[in-house]
Amino acid sequence: MITDPIQIATDVLVIGSGAAGMYAAIEASRNGAQVLLADRSLIGRGGATVMAQMTVAVALGEEAPDDPQFHYANTIAAGRGLCDEKLAHLLCNDGPECIREMDHWGVGWARKDGHITATTAPGHDRPRCVYVDFLNTGPAVSKTLRMASARNPNIRKAGDLCIVDLVVSDGECIGAVAYHLGTGAPVLIAAKATVLATGGLTRLYARNSASTNMGGDGYALALRAGAALIDMEFVQFFPIGHLAPRLVGMDPIMWDPFRYKLGGQLLNGRMEEFTARYGSDEDGKYVLTRDLATYAITQEVEAGRGSPHGGAYLSFQHCTEAQLRDAFGPVIDRLAANGIDLTKMPVEVAPIAHYHMGGVKADATMATGVPGLYAAGEVVGGANGANRLSGNAVTEALVFGRRAGRSAAERCRRVAAPVPRMQDAKTALDLIEDDGARGSAGNTAAAIADLQTVMTKEVGPFRTAATLNRALSRLAAITTEHGSNPAGERGSFDMRRLDWFDLRNMLTVAHTVTQCALNRTESRGAHQREDFPQMSPQWQLRQRVTMHYGKLAISTEPAAAQAIAS
Amino acid sequence: MSVQGQKSTLKIRRGVAGETPRFEIYDVPFEHGASVLDGLRWLRINEDPSIAVRYSCINANACKECMIQVDGETVYACTARLEPREMTLTPLPNKTLIRDLVTEIAPPSERFK
Repeated sequence: MITDPIQIATDVLVIGSGAAGMYAAIEASRNGAQVLLADRSLIGRGGATVMAQMTVAVALGEEAPDDPQFHYANTIAAGRGLCDEKLAHLLCNDGPECIREMDHWGVGWARKDGHITATTAPGHDRPRCVYVDFLNTGPAVSKTLRMASARNPNIRKAGDLCIVDLVVSDGECIGAVAYHLGTGAPVLIAAKATVLATGGLTRLYARNSASTNMGGDGYALALRAGAALIDMEFVQFFPIGHLAPRLVGMDPIMWDPFRYKLGGQLLNGRMEEFTARYGSDEDGKYVLTRDLATYAITQEVEAGRGSPHGGAYLSFQHCTEAQLRDAFGPVIDRLAANGIDLTKMPVEVAPIAHYHMGGVKADATMATGVPGLYAAGEVVGGANGANRLSGNAVTEALVFGRRAGRSAAERCRRVAAPVPRMQDAKTALDLIEDDGARGSAGNTAAAIADLQTVMTKEVGPFRTAATLNRALSRLAAITTEHGSNPAGERGSFDMRRLDWFDLRNMLTVAHTVTQCALNRTESRGAHQREDFPQMSPQWQLRQRVTMHYGKLAISTEPAAAQAIAS
Repeated sequence: MSVQGQKSTLKIRRGVAGETPRFEIYDVPFEHGASVLDGLRWLRINEDPSIAVRYSCINANACKECMIQVDGETVYACTARLEPREMTLTPLPNKTLIRDLVTEIAPPSERFK
């Protein structure tokens, strides 16, 4: 039986309710727009923001004299020549305003002697990274924005709403087709402007530091709507993700703030310090950049000098119980509940997929190439080039979210309310209405796990033509098995169907990352080709990906020469 | 680390609102330190992908979405430990059932209506 979709009209549709989406919703409503804030999970709970236990980079100049131009210089240097300068400028220049507005909303930035205190994260030339104690930055940012938007009657919220496709009519984005997880009901949303705030793609990897809804769906939605992606080969691995012993109730990236405050020693399986051999002597301080640390740990493991679970040891045994408690209070109890006493034992850490530098190509107003479609937060590509500077992720979520919300509201004043035609929504509605009879009988959750294994093994931080070609052929096989008809059934919360829609996006995005990585025959930032270990001036280029009739098209565009970190 | 031969038996209440609920019983490998959510995720991948459970953050206890009952006690599935015995998993009794272990836990103002 074909049911008519539930139809909703709004000025602005925001897809995703992490920091970028919530800030976009607040800013659009402040500029006069009615907003529908949709999330495939619960509002303000999933995504990456809530998981960010670390710091936020911003040139407030309170801890030490600072200026956005210095933050910008560090961002560009970390980006290895590929930063989109306009986006990096926006991030650094608007950061202080957004951070102060968050302060006004009561986020609770850690303070010392009456000012917002800041720490020096690797890659920064001065203390610039603000945070909320203890390991609470992300949850506090999420909660603050959720409360700020809760008070706003012009923001309608819709959790459990899975966006299947954007609706494009005469080349303009006029809304989206979704289904409601709770009931399986199809939903057609008409919007004058749509903001993609869906985050990155870390779920493509078996070990990752983000939520299960970070499967790159925004990239796939954008591609199918006609927008371009850039820099898709640059996946940032966080070098010291928790590996062992088993630890529940903590984010695997928790060791970063420990290193800011307490230093800590990175040791190989033989309990030797090793980072100096890879060009960075730590000397008790935390200065090692992410790409170098990932390289050093992976090389030690490959040389047979890894820790028992295949990573490195991280030791805080130089600290006393009192120092640990002073720095991390209740977190020490949570560790104890997991049987971990840092004064007596090291933990094991290993690289973990953490962030994606690439994404939807947008200009400095957050407009994509498709009129009516904007992007905000991690889903935007380019601001961080080939390697993101620590602390820039939450900043870009706030800054880009605010900018996108403003742009979307401005568009609403110019255009009439669109009336989507059923034919523009038919493909997506047909998928949602499908009775599942022709869907693959295979295990959908296992298919996702397969894709994650392929990406981890073959398209991790270190790639070769051989691993990437193997990945392409495995991805093709999973794509065939996935088929073009949904698995599972219509109706309430069929997770096989959700898996199927997720995998549809994940396969497109995984293919894009792998093909771009195969094309780039050099090593730069987070993209390391073992068969092309040098950075090549000929690759001072960005790869731009578009989709035409379901096929990817990749072209290159030059990136302006920039100061590159030595 | 998997302990040779040890397993957890998960007795899971299945069904959607309005259906007569039924229990299905599954074995999962027991590993020291593993969470109940680890067990449920293992089951979906290895046995039955149709088991419905709500979660986002997997391990961090940040999203607070995975609230269920284990042996009649309300817990987060991501921090409740798997144990090498039979454990009964049921949806929250005071929330509207959607399917299996998934209930309507969002505040009314954040639900799709």
